[in-house]
Amino acid sequence: MAFKDIFGKSSTRREVLASGHVVPDPARCVQCGICSYNCPIEIDVRAHVWRGEAITHSDCLTCGECVARCPRGVLHFEHTDLFVRRPQ
Amino acid sequence: MKYVIIGTGVAGIAAVEAIRSVDAEGEITVIGDDPHGYYSRPGLAYFLTGELPDKQLFPQMADAFRKLRFHYLKGYVTRILPEAHRLEMQTAASSKQSSAVTSVSYDRLLLAVGSRAHPLTIPGAQLPGVVKLDHLDDARSILKLARRGKTAVVVGGGITALEIVEGLLARGVKVHYLLRGDRYWNNVLDEHESKIVEHRLKEEGVELHYHAEAVEIQGRKNVSAIKLLDGRVLKCDIVAYAIGIEPKLELATSAGLAVDRGILVNQFMQTNVQDIFAAGDVAQAYDPRTGRSVLDSLWTPAREQGRAAGLNMAGMQVEYIKSAPFNVTRLAGLTTTIIGVVGHGRDEDIVGIARGDSETWRSLPDAIVAQSGFDINHLRLIIGQKALLGAILMGDQKLSAPLQRMIEDRVDISPIRQKLMTPNAPISDIVAEYWIDWRAQHTS
Repeated sequence: MAFKDIFGKSSTRREVLASGHVVPDPARCVQCGICSYNCPIEIDVRAHVWRGEAITHSDCLTCGECVARCPRGVLHFEHTDLFVRRPQ
Repeated sequence: MKYVIIGTGVAGIAAVEAIRSVDAEGEITVIGDDPHGYYSRPGLAYFLTGELPDKQLFPQMADAFRKLRFHYLKGYVTRILPEAHRLEMQTAASSKQSSAVTSVSYDRLLLAVGSRAHPLTIPGAQLPGVVKLDHLDDARSILKLARRGKTAVVVGGGITALEIVEGLLARGVKVHYLLRGDRYWNNVLDEHESKIVEHRLKEEGVELHYHAEAVEIQGRKNVSAIKLLDGRVLKCDIVAYAIGIEPKLELATSAGLAVDRGILVNQFMQTNVQDIFAAGDVAQAYDPRTGRSVLDSLWTPAREQGRAAGLNMAGMQVEYIKSAPFNVTRLAGLTTTIIGVVGHGRDEDIVGIARGDSETWRSLPDAIVAQSGFDINHLRLIIGQKALLGAILMGDQKLSAPLQRMIEDRVDISPIRQKLMTPNAPISDIVAEYWIDWRAQHTS
């Protein structure tokens, strides 16, 4: 499956690696924990989703493992305005 | 203020969080008889397929729980005495001494006791080898049986029946699936969607039996076969059933609370008895949009109901606004989103309501249906006068979140309504384009 298909229209992985993070839609989450289980650096993604917070953990690689593994489409990538140069 | 919450599911936990967010001083006691406490019950499906170990089902909430400062009493409540604002319970420790009863007083009480599997009552249903999927211990039993079992018969419908089917398949068990009628989940899925699911099940090696009603489970020490109404006998060593769930109403009934299919609550999650609230699977919640009270057996409504109940117990006035019921699940390995109102009538394979289910899904009014897609990319829209009322999305999930928002917010679809109703219209593309424009206009 192409990354484009996974991430839909929001952002490509490459863009996100440079300037984004993983964002949850808590209303879709059932706290199963597949996201946390599959995180290669053991970030508790599920806890962020419970609190409705973006995965702003400083160690997050934005590798996309949690986004791809979530069976319910809870997670997606979004740009962080902080690093994006706005058009003048 | 003394708050007592009965139940350690998501509704109970959400209520504790809500109470503590507005009342730093009140004394909160949580009483639960689930041996495992709080965990992700929907996650059991992924434990069965081997995608998750069971310990992963428990959110790491120890720190959060400490901050919430509540007492936890393990045990079960035997009686509520509303006039005395008191309940009686047997704690786990005292249950060894049958006469030991603890009394707990409350100012505000929440019943978030959940539901249990509707029992299978045919002869032989008590034999070892007959299982359901209600909680973690059931899931462990299924896996234990699957280690030595070769053939299983699954009875029932809805999401849970297929979760069991998929779990057994993943463990190499041969599965027979009995359907009472001529198709799967006939009051939520349409004929085409049922066919898609059934076709995939067959491809996975499941043997489907239509018009098949189990009348007897046979076996001496363990299950050895199941007998059907038409006389057929299927040899098997496991029988699993998921024929619906029933809210646990005993405490409410004995305390004089008004009940229908669940405990009746108003939009503030209050029962008819002062200072007693209900939330989650056990609550039959009032929906101000339709004027009816309905059961949902879904994680997010349970959490939202628990939150509203908790805030109101702490003296706020917060209405529970029922969202368009929504679930994303896998049916025969196919990711499927169900939103809003999509079907009607009753399903012979389920008594009442199933897990991961909503009564609202089956309240289809006069509306127009638009469909597109073949096999694994399927979309069905229920089109109302001005807004979409419901949708089923199978396979490609790109439109899942947009449709959830469009149905929940009742986004005006007048500009595309005619286009959507044109025969063979590419409805996915029409919705996607409209959504992109709508979002651009409403987020700037």
